[in-house]
Order: sequence, then structure tokens, then C-alpha cells
Amino acid sequence: METLALLGEGFATSLSPLNLMIVILGVTAGLFIGAMPGLGSVNGVAIVLPLTFIVPPSSAIILLCAIYYGAMYGGAISSVLLGIPGASTAVATTFDGRPMAQQGKAGLALIAAAVASFVGGTISVVLFTLFAVPLADLALAFGPAEEFALVLLAFTTFVGLGGDDVLKTIVMICLGLVLSTVGLDLISGSPRLVFGDLPGFYAGISFLVLAIGVYGIGEILYTIETSRTAPTVTPAKITLRELGAGFRAMNRMWKTMSLGSFLGFFVGMLPAAGATPASLMAYGIARSTSKVPESFGKGNIEGVAAPETANNAASTGSLLPMLTLGIPGSPTTALLLGGMVMWGLMPGPMLFIEQPDFVWGLISSLYTANFAAVLINIALIPLFVWALRMPFTVLCALVMVLCIVGGFAPSQKMHDVWLIAGFGVAGYLLRKADYPLAPLVLALVLGPLMERSFRQTLISEQGNVLAFVERPLSGAFIAIAALFFVLPLVKYLRKGGRQSVAPAE
Amino acid sequence: MLVADRVIAIAIMGLSAYFMWHAVALPIGWNGMTGGPGGGAFPFWLSLIMMLSAAGILVRSLGAEPTDQKFFDGVMLRSVIVVVVALFVTIGLIPVVGAYVAIPLFIFWYIRIFGGHSWLLTACLTVGTPVFLFFFFEVTLKILLPKGITEPWFFPLYAMFF
Amino acid sequence: MINKMTRRAALAGVASLALLATGATSALADSWKPQKPIEMVIMAGQGGGADRLARLFQSIIQKENLASMPVLPVNKGGGSGAEALRYLKDNEADAHKIMATLNSYYTTPIRNDIGVDIEEFTPIARMALDTFVLWVNADSDIQTMEDWVAAVKASGGEWKMGGTGTGQEDSLVTAMLEKEFGIKITYVPFKGGGDVAKNLVGGHIDSTVNNPSEQMGFWQAGKSRPIAAFTPERLDVFPDVPTATELGHDIVYWMQRSFVGPKDMPAEAVAYYTEMFEKLSETAEWQQYTTDKALMADFLTGDELQAYFLEERAKHAAILADMEGDGSS
Repeated sequence: METLALLGEGFATSLSPLNLMIVILGVTAGLFIGAMPGLGSVNGVAIVLPLTFIVPPSSAIILLCAIYYGAMYGGAISSVLLGIPGASTAVATTFDGRPMAQQGKAGLALIAAAVASFVGGTISVVLFTLFAVPLADLALAFGPAEEFALVLLAFTTFVGLGGDDVLKTIVMICLGLVLSTVGLDLISGSPRLVFGDLPGFYAGISFLVLAIGVYGIGEILYTIETSRTAPTVTPAKITLRELGAGFRAMNRMWKTMSLGSFLGFFVGMLPAAGATPASLMAYGIARSTSKVPESFGKGNIEGVAAPETANNAASTGSLLPMLTLGIPGSPTTALLLGGMVMWGLMPGPMLFIEQPDFVWGLISSLYTANFAAVLINIALIPLFVWALRMPFTVLCALVMVLCIVGGFAPSQKMHDVWLIAGFGVAGYLLRKADYPLAPLVLALVLGPLMERSFRQTLISEQGNVLAFVERPLSGAFIAIAALFFVLPLVKYLRKGGRQSVAPAE
Repeated sequence: MLVADRVIAIAIMGLSAYFMWHAVALPIGWNGMTGGPGGGAFPFWLSLIMMLSAAGILVRSLGAEPTDQKFFDGVMLRSVIVVVVALFVTIGLIPVVGAYVAIPLFIFWYIRIFGGHSWLLTACLTVGTPVFLFFFFEVTLKILLPKGITEPWFFPLYAMFF
Repeated sequence: MINKMTRRAALAGVASLALLATGATSALADSWKPQKPIEMVIMAGQGGGADRLARLFQSIIQKENLASMPVLPVNKGGGSGAEALRYLKDNEADAHKIMATLNSYYTTPIRNDIGVDIEEFTPIARMALDTFVLWVNADSDIQTMEDWVAAVKASGGEWKMGGTGTGQEDSLVTAMLEKEFGIKITYVPFKGGGDVAKNLVGGHIDSTVNNPSEQMGFWQAGKSRPIAAFTPERLDVFPDVPTATELGHDIVYWMQRSFVGPKDMPAEAVAYYTEMFEKLSETAEWQQYTTDKALMADFLTGDELQAYFLEERAKHAAILADMEGDGSS
């Protein structure tokens, strides 16, 4: 009850005319920043952070939340329209979002993404409101062993991604993992695979560089080559009828979306894990529980809704350890944390007790920002879809420029731009030879986390491998992961047995 | 198609060998002292799996029936190569003459010469893109793009907008 | 709106061409001012302690209007700062680039041959010295340094000390502890100080040597306990926590927070930045922050700073040589 009263007070602040304007401004800015390949919430938040000294802290935090949410929504836009995930959290959205756009259903996919994001955001904010403080202890219970088990669980989603050549999938996963080890080894502090000691490689290979390379440049090259035989992008149109159809379709997906929200919130809450494994797992679960799993990856609307609910829920979830423990789960929350320190607030266990005004103001602005984001996003969908109607050669030129500039922006190195071009050509060739690209990109994202937590555990447990299964939480995760791994295999074998001759392996 | 498959598989095997060769600079075995694998273990053993899988692909393709399907579409391949060259030239030019010269040149080339669009559209995009980039990246997001030798031209602009 | 802006931009373009013709360098007359945004290169990734501090400086500079052009933080944290060091080296004589440093400023060039000699860089200002404190979980029975040493010995080498990457500050302090007490510790590297602090409170590691700022939140909530400070004198925020020195163990270690410029940075520019940081060090925000976070605001510039850097580099070389000599890690 006390919670509600505090929340009500928070709303009174966040709904003042000035703050409403700030929300709208922030969401719109965030939406465009997030939609740009290479840029994400971290850029938006970094840039307004110093400005927040000028407005009162309560308005400042509202602006930051609005940009944060706007960018999370925006990430789906580039995944669907261009097939380039703007952030690692949006990779899973491309699996079905991109095929939908190619079938001329970009508008529908974007509506699904927006509504799903809203549902995920809302459910997770409610969970946040009710359980923030007790849940902090759960986040603390997560050590390196649990992190490793969780990443392993996310990895088993690959097994379900099926349809592709097994050997080629293994090659791509290994390649992604090996590329993820480039740079300085955290444990021993020595450089690894720095290719002729190029200083650019000391920083490792970032997800964005690989994703923009293979999905951006690589995809364009592929489209140029195949565009002679068939136009790949059906001109999309958006009508009110489609909007209605979109909402009706969403109505049938309550199960997927609520599952995605809970999963996203809880996984996002764990400091090291975050939104990427959450969105992957949500996708994997939606696929394996679906009646028509084979339609996933070919433009199933549920394949857009599941990861989008999860990644938005996770972005709310990741605020929890930041506020209650003072540990940021992502670069963006790290910046938010820095902002709070600048305002003289001390994030950590005492924040909820000492600064209730701030905490509840923040939570209420999450509600407001989420609501504003879904409305503004839907209103802007026609504009985004319209962009797809540009002649292909014009779109190509502009997307390539965005890839160059967007690849440069995050770390401001020409080295990264060259890598993008290189990965683009390599991705194009691999794609032509039927190598699946998603495992490559995801392995690069999850690889560093997996290696680090694996080695951390072994160091602290004096090399005892059984440590992973002995600890209850990590043991449970590993058991589920094993289940995920075995189930499709059993299905495959049973099918293979009936068809008498398995495909040549 | 089969030839390309084999070439790519061999290339991947070569790449794995290269990775493994670099990975052995760090310990690749199980280190009893510090508990757990050494710094080179992950890259080394994963590269080995990658190499074996690629070898599997190669062996499989040797036993497969040849198909009529071509790996490259001969006519369109030219376009792809032209675009790749243009992209590399543009990236190479950015540090020298700056993004605000290299990118409009690329757009002009792509839209007018490669795409064959009208002069009006070409002019709009060639001028509009750098202006948009300047206001979006530099003025709004405070991310400076490389300027190369054109840097001094921007001093008055900085004075105006920052 | 856009239209108007475009016209302004076009006019500015024309104006700039005209300026170029007459020689744009005329602005570099007596009192130097930055002509373009100042790049603040950070030797660490986004969100770490060094990054947060650098962004705090940026905000204070902007709020108090200490610079005529915006200061833009750029993270180049790759390879424990190797990336940033190389970048600064490659931008010789650039008057618009400054770098926020930490102790990897010395250790990284010693540990890996990256072709950088920090002696060539231009020292600008040292803003503060960050302190190190030995922490344990509040649930443990350890109250004093002796308890701690006894517990480590009893564990038979299985005592888990969390810290940042091997070869970085936390591991150096750990090595100094091992040497001083003749003990053996299992060092578990984590990604950042915050991660280390959380793992201590979560019970996944046994002790840490976090900066006070990283543990402050947990300490206030009664979840972690400071055992000893590695400073010459007791810290104001923890008046009851003894220093290692007063317990008879001469372990003092600092994390420096300074700014440097590239080699041959123009003297006018150095003077400008020095003045900017001097004003910054006098702001109320900065003073408040240093008090809250137990930082020693020890302002130092010019040749004295350079001498300090070189002395520290020699010290670190010795510690690192010791560490590698052990062959334990």
C-alpha cells in the first residue's frame, strides 16, 4: 500500500507538462538514435548526461529513461527494415523480422515489435515496482558458475535454430567464439590473436563491427547479386486495416509475450547476463513450444514478439542491480549510475530507504516513457516503412554510408570501419555458401562472457569442474540446457529413422 | 557450387591453422596451478574443432554429385565487385580528405553513375547526406567524424554550433 | 527549422572557405583557445571507475563553463589502455586531445611492448589519488589484519581474492600482500571493480582490495567490512580502520587520476588545459566528490608531475618484475 502511495507521488511529478514534453522529446530522439545501425541507448544517454545538470534531477532522470526506452524500441526498427541489428539485444529480432519485411509485412512486424516491447516493458516495470528490493538478493547469488550455466543455456538456443547444415553451424559457432577471444586475455593479461600486433585488435572485435559487416554490407552485396533474378523487398504498405490485423495477431500471443516478459526481467536483472541471452532464450522457447516450429525464421510474427518482449523487459530488469546494488549490467546503466553519482545520489542498498522520491520518480517515469514510446513508435511506423520504398540503388547507397558512419561512431576508429568492410565481403561469401550467420554473431556476443565465467569458476574452485553442477542454481540451469540440447536431437533421430535415409553427413 | 564450397572449406581450414598457430603463444593446456585452462586454450581447441568441421565439409563435397548451380551469377558479380571496390576506396579516402568529401563522392558515384538516377535526386542526396550527418552525429550526438585535410574548414562551424 | 539550419551551415561553409584563404591559424595568437571540441581519451571502457570519473570531469567543465569548446569523452579501453596509449602516440602535437590516465599508464607499456614511451607525453595535471582498502564480507569473522592473515594461511592457498585483470592495480596490491606476509592467494580476475564488489557481497570470493568508491554503497548497507587501508594515514571516511603501515606492514599503494597530452603539445594549449583543471579542482562539486569517495585531491602539474610519473613507473616495474619472478601467475 505504501508502495502505491509513493508511486502516486512519483506520477504527480512525471506527469507535469514540462516532464511530459521531456518524455516525448526523449523518446523521439531515442527512437531515431536506436534505429541507426551502430548507435544505441548508450550514445543517447552519454550525450544528454552532462545536460542533465541544467534541469532538476527529477526531470533529468525522466529524460534519460525516455531516451533509454526510445532507443530500445528503435533497435527493432533497423533489425526489421534493414536486417542489421543495431544492438546485440536485437539480433533475435532479425530472425523473423527481416523475412517479414521481405514479404512486404514490414509494417506488421514493426507493430508487433512495438506492442511486444510495450508489454514486456510494462510487465517488467510492474515486477520492478513490487519486488525490486527482495530480488536484489537473487542477483547477488549469481556468481561466475551461475553466469556460465546461464550462457550455456542461451547457447542451446542455437541447437533449436535448426534447418541449417550441422557442420557449417559448428564452424560458424567456433569462428564466432574464436573471434571473441581476440584482444587482451583478462585472466592472464596477455594479448591474444592480435594479428601482427595491430593496436586496433587490442580492444577485441566488437559485436557491432561484425553485425554491421555481415548483416549490413554483406546483405547488400548479396542483394545486389541476386537482385537480377528477383526483387527481394516487396514494397511494404501500411494501412489501418493492417494495424488492426497486427493488434489481433498480438492478442493471440499472450502466452509468448508474458513468458518473454518474465524471462527477460529475471535474466536482465543478473548483472553480467543482460538482455541478449534473454531475447535469445525467449525466441528459443517460443519456437520450441510453438505448434509450427518450422515457420520460425521464415517470417513468423511470434518470432518478432518473443525477443522484443524479452529485451525490453530485460532493459528494465537491468536497472534493478544498478539501483539496488550499484552494479550496472550494461554500458548504458553504467552511465546512468554515473549520472546518479553526479547528482549526489548513492546507488546501493540504501537508496530505496534514503531517497524514496528519486526511486519512485524513476519508476513512474519508466511507466510514462514506456507508454509514450509505444504511441510515438506506432505513429512513426508509416514513415519508416515509407523509407523502404526508395529505389534499391538509393537505399543501398544510404545504408552503406550508415554502415560506415555507424561503424565508426561507437569507438571512433577507422580500424573498425575496415573490419566492417572485410567482414562484409566475408559474410557475403559465407552466406552464398550456405553458412548460417546468426550463430557466428551470437557466439561473438556470448563468447567472452562464457570464457571468462568458466575460467573464473575454475580458478576459484581450484580446477574442480564439478563445481558447475554442484551449485544448485547453476546445476539447474545446466540440466535445463542439457534438456534443450537433447530434445531436438531425439526428435531429429526419430524423424531420421522413419525417413530411412538420413541426409549425407 | 561444389568448387566454391571446397575453396571456402579449405580457406576456413587455413584460417583455423593460422589461429592455432597464434594461440599457442599462450598456454593451451589445463593448468593445475591456477585451476583451469590457459589463455590460449579457448582459441586453440575451438579452432581445432572448426578445422575438423571444415575438413568434414570438404570430404562431404568430394563425394557429392556435381550440380548445375553456379556459385556466382556472372553478370551481377561484376556489380558486386565494383561496389566493393568503391566501398574500399571510400573508406581509404576518409582519413585523408575527410568523411565530408569521401562520403558525398561515394553517394554521387553510386546514385548517378552506378544507379543511373536523375541529376536532381543525385544532387539532393549528395548534399543532403553530409548535412544530415553533420547535424545528427556532430551537433546532436557530439561524435566527430574524421576530417583529414578539410579540418580547418570546420573551425567556424564548430564555433557556431558548440 | 531544418531549412534554416542548412542555410546557416551553408553560410558557415562559405565563411570557413574565406577564412582558410586568409590563414586560419591567426586564431592561435596570444591567448590560445581550442578551435574544435576537445577529445578526452579514456584509458578504460564505458562504465568503469575511470570512465565515471572522466565523465564527472566533463560534466563539471560543462556546467561551470570552464572550456570554450565541449569536451568529448572517447573510450579506448582495449588492451588495458594499450589502445589509448597508441592513439595518443599517433596524434603527436595535437592540441585538442587529452587523455585521462590511471595506473595502467605505467603498467601497460611495461607488460606489453606497444612501442610507447610515456616520457614523451606531455603531463597536464594530476587531479587525485585514489586509495585502496582491504575488504571482507560483513558476515565473516575477520575483524583485523591478523585475523585475515591467519584465515588466508588456514585456507592453504585456496583463499579467493577478487580483483580486476591480472597485471592491473588490484593484482599488484595482492602480490604485495603475498610478499609481505609470505602467504599464497588465489587471485580471481573480474571485469571491473563493481563486479568485484558484488561478488564479495554475494559470497563468491573471500576478500577484495576495492577502491572505497566501489564498496561504499555496500559498506553503508552493512554488507562489507574494511579491514585495513593501504594509505600512509587513516582515511577520513573510515576513521576506525587502521592503515597497513601503522600495523607495521609497509604497503602503500595509490591509483593516480591524471591528465596528459600527446608529445609536443603546444605550450599555449598545455597552459590552457592546466588552468582549466586547476579551476576544476577548486569547484565545490569536485571537493564534495573527493570527500565522499575518500579520494586524495592532490593537485600536481608540469615537471613535478612528470617526475612523479617516472618515479611511479620505476616502482611499478619493480613490483611487476617481482610478480613475474614468482612464476605463480
